[in-house]
Amino acid sequence: MSEALWAFGRVSGAMSLLFFTASVVLGIITRSGRPLPGLPRFSISLIHRNIAILASVFLVLHVVTLILDPFAHLRIIDTFVPFLGSFKPFWQGLGTVAFDLILAIVITSLFRRWLGARLFTAVHWFTYAMWPIAVVHSIGNGTNGTNKWFLLFVVICGVSVVSASIWRVSGRFLEVAEARAGRAR
Amino acid sequence: MTATGSGTVPNPTSAPEGPVRLFAAGADAGYSAHRETYGHLEIVKGGPGLRAELERSGLEGRGGAGFSTARKIDAARQSVSDRMFPASAVVIANGAEGEPRSIKDSTLLRHSPHLVIDGLLATAALVGASRMYLYSSPESLGALRSALAERRDTRRITLVQAKETFISGEASAVVNAIENGIALPTDRTVRLTTSGLRARPTLVHNVETLAHVALIARFGGDWFRSEGVGGDAGTRLVTVSGAGQRERVLEVPGDARISDILEAAGVSTSVVSAVLVGGYHGTWIPADDLSVVLSKAALAPYGGRPGAGVLFLLARDECGLQVTASITRYLAEESAGQCGPCLYGLDALATLMERIASGRGDHGLRREAERLGLSLIGRGSCHHPDGTAGLVQSALSAFASDVEAHLTGRCRRTARV
Amino acid sequence: MSAAKKSTSVLHIDWTKCDGRGLCAELVPDLLGRDQWGYPIALKGSPSARSDIPLPSQRMDAATDAVRLCPVLALKIVRAS
Ligand code: SF4
Ligand code: SF4
Repeated sequence: MSEALWAFGRVSGAMSLLFFTASVVLGIITRSGRPLPGLPRFSISLIHRNIAILASVFLVLHVVTLILDPFAHLRIIDTFVPFLGSFKPFWQGLGTVAFDLILAIVITSLFRRWLGARLFTAVHWFTYAMWPIAVVHSIGNGTNGTNKWFLLFVVICGVSVVSASIWRVSGRFLEVAEARAGRAR
Repeated sequence: MTATGSGTVPNPTSAPEGPVRLFAAGADAGYSAHRETYGHLEIVKGGPGLRAELERSGLEGRGGAGFSTARKIDAARQSVSDRMFPASAVVIANGAEGEPRSIKDSTLLRHSPHLVIDGLLATAALVGASRMYLYSSPESLGALRSALAERRDTRRITLVQAKETFISGEASAVVNAIENGIALPTDRTVRLTTSGLRARPTLVHNVETLAHVALIARFGGDWFRSEGVGGDAGTRLVTVSGAGQRERVLEVPGDARISDILEAAGVSTSVVSAVLVGGYHGTWIPADDLSVVLSKAALAPYGGRPGAGVLFLLARDECGLQVTASITRYLAEESAGQCGPCLYGLDALATLMERIASGRGDHGLRREAERLGLSLIGRGSCHHPDGTAGLVQSALSAFASDVEAHLTGRCRRTARV
Repeated sequence: MSAAKKSTSVLHIDWTKCDGRGLCAELVPDLLGRDQWGYPIALKGSPSARSDIPLPSQRMDAATDAVRLCPVLALKIVRAS
């Protein structure tokens, strides 16, 4: 039984990372204001949101299974307060930090109409801290963290997010960049 | 003719005769000169008296939009009585005068500050307001501070300094400046009279409007109507400037012709080729049409209105297109930059006008300027894009033959020099 | 009442927030287009109603989606009283 929990805990963590990666990339595309072939802007926005929700579900499963798993030595407090764990406290703590950040991002997103766009946007920026922390956690904490296949998976995710981020800060990122050039906002 | 009813107490002093009303107390009038001229105004709370006289007077706002003063006051009173949780109203006297070609408000605040204060107090009493603000450009602060100190009924008036930007006098910007110190217009889905300063029913009146209220409270609506005509009853202040003339403020009857006003200002119409009426958001009236009356009704066919009473003259040897281009550039720079169509659209519109004025361009430019101008109307949180587009549109039609000449490569005016 | 058929709601654009991302123009393409800088522009009605665009009742759902999906919360539906 606990073998199964252990396995599921790992797989759900990897799934969560995969979906968060996709969501980050889609979020960046949404921010550019550009549609994709066959995907209007509002669809990208919706998929970005839905994939993020899916990723969060896997994240919750990841955390819950490892709390239930006696081998993982994960207490409820460790899911919220980082670096208290008994097993690889530093690497596990990074996971906790990422989890807390995601919690903040998800809550402010769900309630953004009441919280206002300013707070929503500010907290959404945490994503750029959350994602690399989650990746480092997966490598350092995961049983297969240094496994070749897993590293390949992480590299693919990393290349996607890093290249999307480079595009994000480039001058021609916005769909309307050219038309708006020359006037600061 | 005196006002009766509970709004005001009948006044023994005789009303000013002729069109000099607001400056009847003379230059730099202090409180005693003010009371000698106009008599004391007993402020009585609420009551239908002043309200009815304002209705009868037909007074319209003198800040630019020209909205009925009685209607605006009604809206605020309605909002006070409609509320589930009572909140008393706020009245703001707006003397920001961001319009570069207008000095009538600062002139009024310097010479007749007590009329403005009387009007503010009377309006506040009418709507049951507990707080009053005097929002004024830096240059008028001194005069206002000493005027407020001269009398004892001004304790609930707060003096606030306005920013010297074009849009600082826009009503929602005034409220934003007083509440948050940010003199920028805000997005609104309800009127300020419903929810303005700290969510209270808020009246923002131009200072000249309030000075007229002070006189109507004393002498009544019928007296007010003894000058002017119809919807343009009473007198209005105008600022004449441009074409090398010294800036001058005049008080003119509501049915005065532009040519008569210029004559009264000592300007020979023969040196003028056009007049920008209303301000930088205004309308060009060509020299041939200067016999038009400076009134809402008479200017409507030109798409114009008296606005803030600005008459900016274009000299015979000046190019109306170049002047309009530089005004448009100024207005683009003065965009608060909050709203995309205003930020990008006015900049593009100014560039188009500059290209037309420079004489390097083709007929496509004029069509493009017309199209762009039209596309900006109604797409900002204030009327800055609308006003700027209106100015450009009026220049393109008032100077149509000049546009033609420019587009075929020569300016008919400046090239002559 | 047949007169009640005519919707009294408007789609309000807060221009101080709108960043011209264009989602709304996709969701109510019959009501909104985009200008050269990407900002929405009402396709019908008088120019003075371009910040408060009258909503036909059959476009209510699409407009509600636009309000929910605008990335900067620049839209709201205001029921005229
Ligand atoms: S329309 Fe222009 S001036 Fe008015 S609030 Fe928007 S950006 Fe500012
Ligand atoms: S979706 Fe929002 S930000 Fe995008 S254009 Fe429409 S109102 Fe503006």
